[in-house]
Amino acid sequence: MDYVIEMIDITKEFPGIKANDCVNFKLKKQEIHALLGENGAGKSTLMSVLFGLYQADEGHIRVNGNDVHIRNPNDANDLNIGMVHQHFKLVHNFTVTENIILGSEDTKYGLLTYKEAREKIKELSERYKLRVNPDAKIEDISVGQQQRVEILKMLYRQAEILIFDEPTASLTPQEIEELMKILKGLTKEGKSIVLITHKLNEIREVADRCTILRKGKSISTVEVKGTTNEELAEMMVGRKVVFELEKTKAKPKETVLQVSNLTIKEKEGNKEVVRNVNFKARRGEILCIAGIEGNGQTELIYGLVGMLPIKEGSILLNDKELSTLSIRKRSLSGVSHIPEDRQRHGLVLDFTLENNLILQNYFTSKYHHRGFLKFDTIRDNAEKMIDRFDIRSSRGPVSLARSMSGGNQQKLILGREIDRNNDLLIAVQPTRGLDVGAIEFIHQQLIDQRDQGKAVLLVSLELDEVMNLSDRILVMYEGELVGELDPSKIDEKELGLYMAGSKRGEVS
Amino acid sequence: MIELMNQLNFAFPYIIRAMALLSVVALGALFSERSGVVNIALEGIMIMGAFAGAWTMIIVMNNFAIPRQWNAFIGLSVGAVTGLIFSLFHAFAAIHMKSNQIISATALNFFAPAFAIFTARAVTGDRALNVRLDYSIRNIPILSDIPILGPWFFTNAYLSTFIAVFIFIVAYIVLYKTPFGLRLRSCGENPHAADSLGVNIYKIRYAGVMISGALAGLGGVMFVLSFSTRFDGAVAGFGFLSLAVLISGQWKPIRLILIAFLFALFRVVSEIPDELIGIRNLNLPQEIWRMLPFIATLVILAITSKGSAAPRAVGEPFDAGKR
Ligand SMILES: Nc1ncnc2c1ncn2[C@@H]1O[C@H](COP(=O)(O)OP(=O)(O)OP(=O)(O)O)[C@@H](O)[C@H]1O
Ligand SMILES: [Mg+2]
Repeated sequence: MDYVIEMIDITKEFPGIKANDCVNFKLKKQEIHALLGENGAGKSTLMSVLFGLYQADEGHIRVNGNDVHIRNPNDANDLNIGMVHQHFKLVHNFTVTENIILGSEDTKYGLLTYKEAREKIKELSERYKLRVNPDAKIEDISVGQQQRVEILKMLYRQAEILIFDEPTASLTPQEIEELMKILKGLTKEGKSIVLITHKLNEIREVADRCTILRKGKSISTVEVKGTTNEELAEMMVGRKVVFELEKTKAKPKETVLQVSNLTIKEKEGNKEVVRNVNFKARRGEILCIAGIEGNGQTELIYGLVGMLPIKEGSILLNDKELSTLSIRKRSLSGVSHIPEDRQRHGLVLDFTLENNLILQNYFTSKYHHRGFLKFDTIRDNAEKMIDRFDIRSSRGPVSLARSMSGGNQQKLILGREIDRNNDLLIAVQPTRGLDVGAIEFIHQQLIDQRDQGKAVLLVSLELDEVMNLSDRILVMYEGELVGELDPSKIDEKELGLYMAGSKRGEVS
Repeated sequence: MIELMNQLNFAFPYIIRAMALLSVVALGALFSERSGVVNIALEGIMIMGAFAGAWTMIIVMNNFAIPRQWNAFIGLSVGAVTGLIFSLFHAFAAIHMKSNQIISATALNFFAPAFAIFTARAVTGDRALNVRLDYSIRNIPILSDIPILGPWFFTNAYLSTFIAVFIFIVAYIVLYKTPFGLRLRSCGENPHAADSLGVNIYKIRYAGVMISGALAGLGGVMFVLSFSTRFDGAVAGFGFLSLAVLISGQWKPIRLILIAFLFALFRVVSEIPDELIGIRNLNLPQEIWRMLPFIATLVILAITSKGSAAPRAVGEPFDAGKR
């Protein structure tokens, strides 16, 4: 028929878990087909099977009606299948051109024909409106541009079937909008697209059909037009999902964190990326720092928790000066931190779940006796936390953090930080890359913390999240706080104006 | 002034010799490390190459009447092949068995001198192999008469030096102008990216280690030819020094050559201070001069390793399952 891809009864097992269990998936020509499912539902696994990174244990694949065996990415490449991975696969110190030609280089007399390749890339990027400088180094360009390089990589190999694994997880709202346009343009040029995403709005905007996976099984394939967001979410999670947060009005009490005249320099270099910032966070409120990526939010938080030295200013936590203390001392003084880069700063990926849960307090007498760890206590703690925060994994307390899905890694960190019962909870992009169920859970936990009288400091790039969750918004622009807003009194548009720097207000 | 010129003319060939040796071995290691495999076995591989090359040359010399430079060429080739084969042990352990790369390389470093001395003694009754003959090229017609350059590069020169120049040019082209070079560099930086584009990481890394083995083996014979005329189970730390050259050279060929020149300079100054009048007048004890290359190594490493640009994935066994 007119299916370009048919994946039939695909089963793929990892030690301890069936990541795909008799999954069926069919892609029509020139459609955008969304793949939706909770964290760990098996979306990436299914597409990795199609791309030849994993071998299916059972089932078969047809491309354009012919049975095929895809043993490695080269086979997929020969069948004109291309994939943009969840974590980009780019060589950081290569140029854009080098990254694109790697693996399918053209030569003349055995030497690379770099110039011709460069011309070809220029042509492609004009034709598909993927603006990027072919001579720039990857480490010097933005995440959005890196993604365009990944797309160009596929087009350079003449891919007809393009797989996108969570392409919008790390993009700014503007970049997302542009990507959506690019996707539509690609189908007009005859390409067929698989789009993995957690964002229902994106599916609604560009996708024609949607296949839903739950716990490794394919639940159903639906036309997006005839289905509501609520129905999609319900099929995905297996229960009703609450989109509206249940949240009472905040009752802020005394100040927990007082930041004055804080100035921070960038990590390498001399530029002041945080300039003269002043604010207070109070018990019983969720204070949100909003802004477009790269306006100093990251550095501000690094400065607060001690990951970057500060140049000037003071940080008072319950009237105690933190700015000269080490990271551990600050943490022990009452700062809980859910870091932005959960894999680099939140977890030791090759440690087990239970050991990751005690990273912040293995050195206290609760977990060791004369220098020896108390394994029973550690195990008990893990079991208690798994229960309380619904952390799912293939092997319970002894699962490696690396093998867990993003959502569950995040729940692990959230649980660890909340359990320490500190006065201040800093959460940076706590829901990046998570499914709607997990987002709901994490939002509810943050609200509970607020209601228990903690000060919650949230940093988020997502307008939805900012508007729904926060009690007070501070907008950051080019290292300065440019506005203090009440989410109940403004709309997203106005917030957007502040974030873009075209409007300024007073900060108390 | 004339005195100074004479001294330079005297010292320069030595410097060039050491520089050629260091840069050939370091260039080899560059291929290994930029493919993602640390190779601290250079010293051991050099010893094996030197041993096999020296032995072959003695046999050839005793049995056949062929021109000296031809014999040198045979010795260098045998050394290169031996180094390549010997390095396969490291490649197998590091790439196939995913073992710790430092440990498998250290094993080679321990094995090589013991094996060489043991075998040499079993064969000749002496722990050293004597190559005896002087393999330098005294004069090259026309070229040696060029002012300045003639005495520096073309008098008392060695075949191996010209081979080194050739190797550098080829290595540079391979590394930066061929698909193989592009793939090799990507394997050392981000093997997962290369893997997802169908590059065979294992093949590339084997090739990288084998190139470093061949060049280190070649370097071993260069050492015998141009530094000692005899082989007694050691290469005077040139293997480790090459590693320092590689690191100070930031894993880049051209910088590597400049650093090799610096190291060679210090090395020569430390070996022949008595002949250099200006230096003799300083009246420093011998020991200071002897320590110079090593102190210089420490200082240069300390200065240059700050902005270190080691390949990101160097030393990490490749595991396709790791996400
Ligand atoms: N290489 C692996 N080794 C062991 N387990 C794995 C491996 N890859 C995936 N898994 C497991 O298989 C399951 C499905 O994972 P997969 O990455 O396909 O989920 P996903 O739907 O893409 O989730 P997310 O939305 O978080 O990206 C998870 O439970 C995961 O822990
Ligand atoms: Mg995934």
